[in-house]
Amino acid sequence: MQQKDYASQIHRCFRCDYCKFPTDYSSFNCPSYRRFRFDSYSTGGRLWLIYAWLKGEIEWSEHFAEILYTCTTCKNCTEQCPMKFAPDIVDWIVGARSDMVEKGKIPPRVARFFEAVYGYGNPFKQLRSDRAAWANGTKKYATGDEYLLYVGCLGSYDENGQKMARSLIDILNASGVSFGILGEEEECCGNEIYMLGEMGLFQNLVEKNSQKFKELGVRKIVTLSPHAYNTMKNNYPAFGGSFELCHYTQLLNDLIEKNKIKPSRAKAKVTYHDPCFLGRYNNIYDEPRQILQSIPGIELVEMERNKRDAFCCGGGSGNFVTDLLAGSADSPARVRAREACETGADTLAVACPSCLTMLTDAVKAEDLDDKLAVKDISQILEELLSAK
Amino acid sequence: MSDVYESLQKIVGKDYVSNRAEERYFYGRDPGLMPPHEPDYVVMPKTTEKVQEIIKLANREKVPVTPKGGGLALTGLVIPLKGGIVMDMKRMDRILEVNEKARYVVVEAGVTHGALKSYLQKHHPHLRHSIPDSPPIATIVANAVIHGQGRLSQQHGFNSDMVSGLEVVLGTGEICRIGSCALSSQWFSKGAPLPDLSGLFLGWFGTTGIITKLGMKLYPCKKIRDVMLFLTDKADLVPEVIRKLAHTEMVEDIVVTAQPLPLRFKGNFYILLYITGDSEEEIEFKKKMAWEALMVYFESRDGGFVSVTPNMKPPLLAMPSKDTARFADVSKGGGFEYSGPIAPIDKYPAYLGKLEELASKYKLFYSSAARVIDGGHSMMFSFSYTFNRANPDEMKRAKVALDEAAEFALEEDGVIWKPNINEQQMVMERMDQNTLKLMTSIKQFLDPNGIMNPGNWEVK
Repeated sequence: MQQKDYASQIHRCFRCDYCKFPTDYSSFNCPSYRRFRFDSYSTGGRLWLIYAWLKGEIEWSEHFAEILYTCTTCKNCTEQCPMKFAPDIVDWIVGARSDMVEKGKIPPRVARFFEAVYGYGNPFKQLRSDRAAWANGTKKYATGDEYLLYVGCLGSYDENGQKMARSLIDILNASGVSFGILGEEEECCGNEIYMLGEMGLFQNLVEKNSQKFKELGVRKIVTLSPHAYNTMKNNYPAFGGSFELCHYTQLLNDLIEKNKIKPSRAKAKVTYHDPCFLGRYNNIYDEPRQILQSIPGIELVEMERNKRDAFCCGGGSGNFVTDLLAGSADSPARVRAREACETGADTLAVACPSCLTMLTDAVKAEDLDDKLAVKDISQILEELLSAK
Repeated sequence: MSDVYESLQKIVGKDYVSNRAEERYFYGRDPGLMPPHEPDYVVMPKTTEKVQEIIKLANREKVPVTPKGGGLALTGLVIPLKGGIVMDMKRMDRILEVNEKARYVVVEAGVTHGALKSYLQKHHPHLRHSIPDSPPIATIVANAVIHGQGRLSQQHGFNSDMVSGLEVVLGTGEICRIGSCALSSQWFSKGAPLPDLSGLFLGWFGTTGIITKLGMKLYPCKKIRDVMLFLTDKADLVPEVIRKLAHTEMVEDIVVTAQPLPLRFKGNFYILLYITGDSEEEIEFKKKMAWEALMVYFESRDGGFVSVTPNMKPPLLAMPSKDTARFADVSKGGGFEYSGPIAPIDKYPAYLGKLEELASKYKLFYSSAARVIDGGHSMMFSFSYTFNRANPDEMKRAKVALDEAAEFALEEDGVIWKPNINEQQMVMERMDQNTLKLMTSIKQFLDPNGIMNPGNWEVK
């Protein structure tokens, strides 16, 4: 874990507010500031309030905790901050959250998130024995399989995530990839637990997953979720995790390049939403687009804010469950749904089960379902393979 | 007071008003060195009518109102010195009109310089506005209210000189239009040929009314923009260098920088000249004119042009410049503030000497960027010092240095730009007493209940 000593550094924020913007300053790109509009909900606001809390100038309150936990850790601030400490900003926020967790002072919704993962191994309080109920007998990973498909909590329990996982499995089967899943033996990846600051629980999850990978001799992991990809890539190695890792879009793009997948012709105008944990966190922007561009008949159009400037759907840092940014037309997912619609696209493509759920709900809330279909890239591809 | 809170909720909706400790803490301070004072409420109106309702409520309840844009003046002008309501204007974020032929834009009070820059680039790429060096969150209106300057100030004066009309909610709650828009559908002049009433609001820091809409002149956005760099180690030559450059009328922007580190900067004065044109020929001609204007210093070996490498250009040409904000983190302390007197250009050597003297006396890191205003009629000189927010002693030293800089600037014929409340008192003490009486009368007339950003421009 690379948590920084935030307490000795956090005073360095000047609150210049570059963190609120995308590169071209056209709008506000900090999801929580865009939602609430008080400066206290921007990154500068958070850092100043954390510093005030450390100095004893403000008392802890539920409102203060909510301000901290409405940060989706989307990393737009890191991207835009002009200061040398920019790469550390999210670590500072996570560090402050970690201190709050240690003191037992967190929003009730976040506490319930931890309780669910601690008690059930997932944030939805679903039974562990049902973790593979969606999988229709998909083969479990066995030593010798090339890939372990790490499905994650959303893929296992969320209706949209399950559809996405089934699509991916159908594609992998059709293209002859040797893989298996962990089923009920899979543990939560811990990415959200880390971002929410529960370091003890996070360590426990990493150790359990790493032990399982080791026991099974796993050498290559493909993740459904960018969140799992992120933590396994950037946090697990510190605990001794040693395996090759890819996000499923990277694997599918590779299969397309090797002609192992040949999608049939489509007729769609598609815009692609970059997930934060794939894009800003791990610099994967091209592969998802290359997949879409490889499909004959698909016209790919970009939203105004894309790639490093993509506007977060609001689901990061566990907000796909805690929903601290919901309840308004200014909720990030609804803002993003409108932005996608403005491109004239008929399909909003995603590459993340969290984004899929957030944006599917947002499109409904915006009453745009008849104009815009939200689909994961695996679903788009699987439909075209089926059509063939 | 709880009645005020409920009334504010009724006006703007419960999501856009707060009396919670966290918002009160944050809106009770700015990034500079003035002491904090918390508001009782923070409110975020969306329309002029909502601003009007809030002002009427504030008059009824005798509650102070302090408007806030980006909050980057650094001199405490958005700190609510007597509590009450801080009105965050940034939800009023619509760009209402761009008139291509008359070349002006009409914006609501919360439109940021960043948003306008982006909008013009996208929709009117041949037009631009005067972008200040402050971060992009600075609002058009607040920047005009403090007589801000920007990248076009060398050619066209203070950004407030570029205002082409105002809509104001007076301290008594009436909505009032200033300039051509008072009787025409177009916002092309803030005054002439009428009496120029914009002066009742520009420079007053919200003490006479709250500007809710503003017309701003736009200027040609040339296809090519380039930068030249003239270097001299003689501060005494700087005023004449500027005069010669301004005389050419070929240079868009002139900024003189001085700083002690890295060491190659120490003792040198970098004069940045920005050249724009629609063709390479135009650029080359302008560069040649500037070069010839300064040839005499090359011949006397008192200065010369330094080549600007491709890597140097992007940060120098960036608008806004992120380097301005980065100065706050030079000593990893998160703070800087500057005293920025507006002064005759021939004062540059004296001010520079004082900047270095105070830095040495109070053990502070300094820099200065002096921008030429309005063809050389004046300059904005910055006494800029960094400080570490975690080091109260250094913050105290920086504040004392800035206070002394302000005193010095006034003694040396300068007028303090966006003065803090202490500097306002210094200004008013030195001011012609009949002028001060006029200011007091105007303020009393426009804000009879003394609720508009009280503490500022207040005769003690």
